[in-house]
Amino acid sequence: MATTESAAPTTSGELRLKFPLDDLDALRELRAGQKLRLDGHIVGIRDATQIRIFDKGVAPPMDLTGAALIHTAPGVRKLPDGRFEKVCIGTTTSTRMNRFTQGLMRDYNVRAIIGKAGLLPDSIPFLKEFGGCYFAITGGAAALETTQIEEIEEVYWEDLMPECLWKFRVKDFGPLIVAMDSHGNSLYEDVKEEAQARLRNLVAKL
Amino acid sequence: MPGVQTDVYVAIEEAAKRLYIEALKTIPPEVQTALKRARERETHPNGQEVLDIILKNIAVSAEREMLVCQDTGTVIYRLEVGEDSPLNLAEVTRRLRVGTERATKEHPLRPNAVHTVTRENTFTNTGRHLPVMHYDFVPGDSLKMTCLPKGSGSENQSFMKMFTPAQGIKAVKEFVLQCVVDAGANPCPPTIIGVGLGGTSDLVTSLAKKAIFRSIDVRSDDPVMRELEAELLEAANALGIGPMGLGGDTTALAVNIEHAHTHITQNPVAVNFQCWAARRRSATVSAAGDIEIGF
Repeated sequence: MATTESAAPTTSGELRLKFPLDDLDALRELRAGQKLRLDGHIVGIRDATQIRIFDKGVAPPMDLTGAALIHTAPGVRKLPDGRFEKVCIGTTTSTRMNRFTQGLMRDYNVRAIIGKAGLLPDSIPFLKEFGGCYFAITGGAAALETTQIEEIEEVYWEDLMPECLWKFRVKDFGPLIVAMDSHGNSLYEDVKEEAQARLRNLVAKL
Repeated sequence: MPGVQTDVYVAIEEAAKRLYIEALKTIPPEVQTALKRARERETHPNGQEVLDIILKNIAVSAEREMLVCQDTGTVIYRLEVGEDSPLNLAEVTRRLRVGTERATKEHPLRPNAVHTVTRENTFTNTGRHLPVMHYDFVPGDSLKMTCLPKGSGSENQSFMKMFTPAQGIKAVKEFVLQCVVDAGANPCPPTIIGVGLGGTSDLVTSLAKKAIFRSIDVRSDDPVMRELEAELLEAANALGIGPMGLGGDTTALAVNIEHAHTHITQNPVAVNFQCWAARRRSATVSAAGDIEIGF
């Protein structure tokens, strides 16, 4: 399986994955804390896009099987031929879009979500059930991210601009951190639990 | 306008366009220094990795004149109006709005402003009551206009609470720290924690916002608040949330407090987070109409 071969660690210890995945179970081998880079295609999606898919029941005009989605609403420039040129493509806060995790994985076979700040604990069972992962990118680091996106290849639902459905071709996209894996681990929950415990000690001394 | 050449308003409009675009491309020098220092001190591998990416991103955006972050924010202006400035504030406000619209169209910048119920986009980054304007009077005859495009990841983490005098300063400290934990990764840490204390419910919220306009190199002018700023910063960084909430020693770059007197029965507190991409640019217009761009 091409995906498994490409998941071999590089010399820097970073894994490398190509999206969309051929094998929908490929991400089950990943563990929280691992670093990786992506090649291939990733799909930009956001609040309004998912409200249309799930609340208004409009199926996305693009196959999302094995896809890595990225939570984004890019800044773009429209060219005379109707294509879009990148101005600034970064990542938005994923927690806002937590309620769509189950539908994306169950109904559309999405397997990876890239974003910042993570999904909430109630998404963990769906990552386990469908073998999904959440990859953390550094929020605000859009200049770097834009240079790793080679081209905006397809755009659907332009009426939702800038919250359209975007298909990006990427190369060496990352480094990303596996922040939530399909085994119930979430770095965000670990950090938060520890912070809450430390806060209790701090408050006792205030 | 009496006493002032109309040309100066044209120049203010140009400056507003420039401030918005330049703010989005440059991180203020004191924030860059703080991020570099944070990287030197950081002991957590995830924190180190995230800070490396942040510093690399700042370098890439400077080198290629790219936007630092995709979120072109909500434009907020703070106007420090010299008591003897000859400028007409209503006209200045109109020009800042037009400059914001021109920056959005001419660069172009991502349009963020929508009707709050219909969600219809204005495509100008302006709208009803946008840009947000805050006015303060200061001694002198110049006008300082600071443009702060506020990212939504941090703005969505905003908190206000009316405590009682009996709950005291302890409740205030605990609230601020609980806000840091609850906000977690969302506001793109390491953040600048803007804290408003005192006043009324509306004033305390705007004081928290005013606090993030202040350079992190400037401490409160009130010794009581200076001590509180230092105590809260140390405690926030002891929580271990770290850069992007993935663990680490640097959760905040600074705690900035702005305060007002309050009613004998009140003890208000508000928290407004500013992300690490703490974008801010300013222009000072002299009484003669000369404009100087700064931070």
